[in-house]
Amino acid sequence: MSFFTQFDFSVIAPSLPFLWEGLKFTAKLTLIAMAGGIFLGTLLALARLSSITPLAMVATWYVNLMRSIPLLMVILWFFLVIPIFTGKPMGAETSAIITFTAFEAAYFSEIMRAGIQSVPRGQVYAGQALGMTYWQTMSYVVLPQAFRNMLPILLTQTIILFQDTSLVYAIGAKDLLKAAEIAGKNYGRPIEMYVFVALVYFVICFALSYLVKHLQARTAIVR
Amino acid sequence: MNYHWNWGIFLQQVQSGDETYLDWLISGLGWTVAVALAAWLIALVLGSLIGTLRTVPNRGLAMVATAHVELFRNIPLLVQLLLWFFVVPELLPRDLSLWVKQDMPAKEFFTAVICLGLFTSARVAEQVRAGIQSLSRGQKMAGLAIGFTLPQTYRYVLLPMAFRIIIPPLTSEFMNIIKNSSVAFAIGVLELTFQARQMQEDSEQGIETYLAVTLLYFIVAFSANRGMALIERRTRVPGYIGGAK
Amino acid sequence: MIKIANISKWYGQFRVLTDCSTQITKGEVVVVCGPSGSGKSTLIKCVNGLEPFQQGDIIVNDISIGDPKTNLPQLRAHVGMVFQHFELFPHMTITQNLTIGQVKVLGRSKDEAHQRALQLLDRVGLNSQADKFPGQLSGGQQQRVAIARALAMDPICMLFDEPTSALDPEMINEVLDVMVGLANEGMTMMVVSHEMGFARKVANRVIFMDNGSIVEDAATEEFFGTPRSERAQLFLSKILSH
Repeated sequence: MSFFTQFDFSVIAPSLPFLWEGLKFTAKLTLIAMAGGIFLGTLLALARLSSITPLAMVATWYVNLMRSIPLLMVILWFFLVIPIFTGKPMGAETSAIITFTAFEAAYFSEIMRAGIQSVPRGQVYAGQALGMTYWQTMSYVVLPQAFRNMLPILLTQTIILFQDTSLVYAIGAKDLLKAAEIAGKNYGRPIEMYVFVALVYFVICFALSYLVKHLQARTAIVR
Repeated sequence: MNYHWNWGIFLQQVQSGDETYLDWLISGLGWTVAVALAAWLIALVLGSLIGTLRTVPNRGLAMVATAHVELFRNIPLLVQLLLWFFVVPELLPRDLSLWVKQDMPAKEFFTAVICLGLFTSARVAEQVRAGIQSLSRGQKMAGLAIGFTLPQTYRYVLLPMAFRIIIPPLTSEFMNIIKNSSVAFAIGVLELTFQARQMQEDSEQGIETYLAVTLLYFIVAFSANRGMALIERRTRVPGYIGGAK
Repeated sequence: MIKIANISKWYGQFRVLTDCSTQITKGEVVVVCGPSGSGKSTLIKCVNGLEPFQQGDIIVNDISIGDPKTNLPQLRAHVGMVFQHFELFPHMTITQNLTIGQVKVLGRSKDEAHQRALQLLDRVGLNSQADKFPGQLSGGQQQRVAIARALAMDPICMLFDEPTSALDPEMINEVLDVMVGLANEGMTMMVVSHEMGFARKVANRVIFMDNGSIVEDAATEEFFGTPRSERAQLFLSKILSH
């Protein structure tokens, strides 16, 4: 009849500090990959749009390659290859941070490219007419507008990134999901832990996407 | 860099049997395609239904559809998979629960298909909704004005155009479902990523293994992309550029 | 044929129609004009229930539009409507646009529907375009197809919602010619339009709307002779000045 009677959610409270550590890593990974990803992604976007053909080609290839392989494979690739190159073993956490930054850069670059292209060509001319160099035109005129136009989409991508960080499970990095799994094993209550952790993810993502929706409505009026 | 290349590894036998590593990868490819296609079927059917319901005047139906989308969009895929695999069987009636846990054939496969199908259905639903809403209000009125019922207006007027318009984003979702099927390794579906990890451990030739697997993913995604492009060409409406209004 | 009785409509707090009443008898042609935002397009969409209204009622062919028990699709099948932006179905050929309603709503056979479609295309002078898609036709051609689509349902009356205002000037006449032909055949027509030449030529009555109300409702000669309201005078002077 009541299937929930066999569940015991009292194990959640004592494992909260442990889960908090996992969530902190998840947040750290998300924020670093977001900041690094947007920075590298912007450079990649500029490279793709540049008139220097080899540069544009390399950037295009990088972006297309990253976007056509499963993130899980990319995680496994970096975890395997970085130590071979450096000759030193590397922790799962560090490997995850490098992987996500490099991977998300490809996705953010597509967003920034659309953003840059959404800025009217006349703005570039206006900047140049004032005597600005390429980098000045980009950093004072084009990129701020591109960034503002794309802010909702950048944030939506960040929510996806936040969810995707759970995949570091595959290399054993201790994020929120891994922490929940370990806690579940310790208390012999994996079911309750999975349910709880799903709830945490849901509440965070739902709240963030609600905020993005509001932001979108507001910026839509401004423009 | 100190790495021992061995490109012949694929034709060598695995340590614990008489198969070759290539056999492993090919069977992994088969499972990847099977999971992705079966889940895509669910995602497309359910997503179209839910996306359509989000646009109907009936508040109750629209709310149910919105709840579906929010639920499946806001929990990480891997967490959803673990919920389906470990938690959902516990919520079933006793006999069914026992059957699922002990006797259900290809349990991992079906769990992965249902999970990935529902996860993607929320994304497909959003595309379908956007497609319908991108059509002018006059189209719906024109359908109603010649005497169509609301379902008929959707069937003959709105959905045929909406689907044509959203083929490009649906293509990305189709490629996503192929990539996302890699998550199924976590519950032991013997798909490509699972085989990649297994072969890497078994053969200790990680780079060759991953290169081969990456190439296979590339080929599958590329074929999917071409297939969708073909559909797009076949359904193109003359005099209508790229579906833009 | 059409009886509009004390219709009022709100969008939330905003009142778009105030107590509108008029009648259109069989065979009559009535032109509704007025400045943009006066509610004329909303009123004509109320006639076949495309826009709901909160007060009053509309009776079409003895059937109440406001009655929730009324089978609206069935009623609309016999009330032709032509839209400002044509609203042809872009994924269907011209012929398919004309047959889909006949087959799916009226239950005609495909052959019968096809015959009727070709007959009507001939009438609007477009039979050479039968297998093209709407996107391949000019605006004027599309609007003529839209009229043919409505006629294919053998309507008892026709509603025109600004049928020429989205057209380039050189295409307006080809559409008006078709409409004049219809009027001369005795079709009951309600036409929201600024085409005063058309109104003078074929309308029996002209209705002038402003701010969601019917300000003037008069026989055509009377309306153009001595419009009673100041608003209508001002409107006419602006429209007819060139």
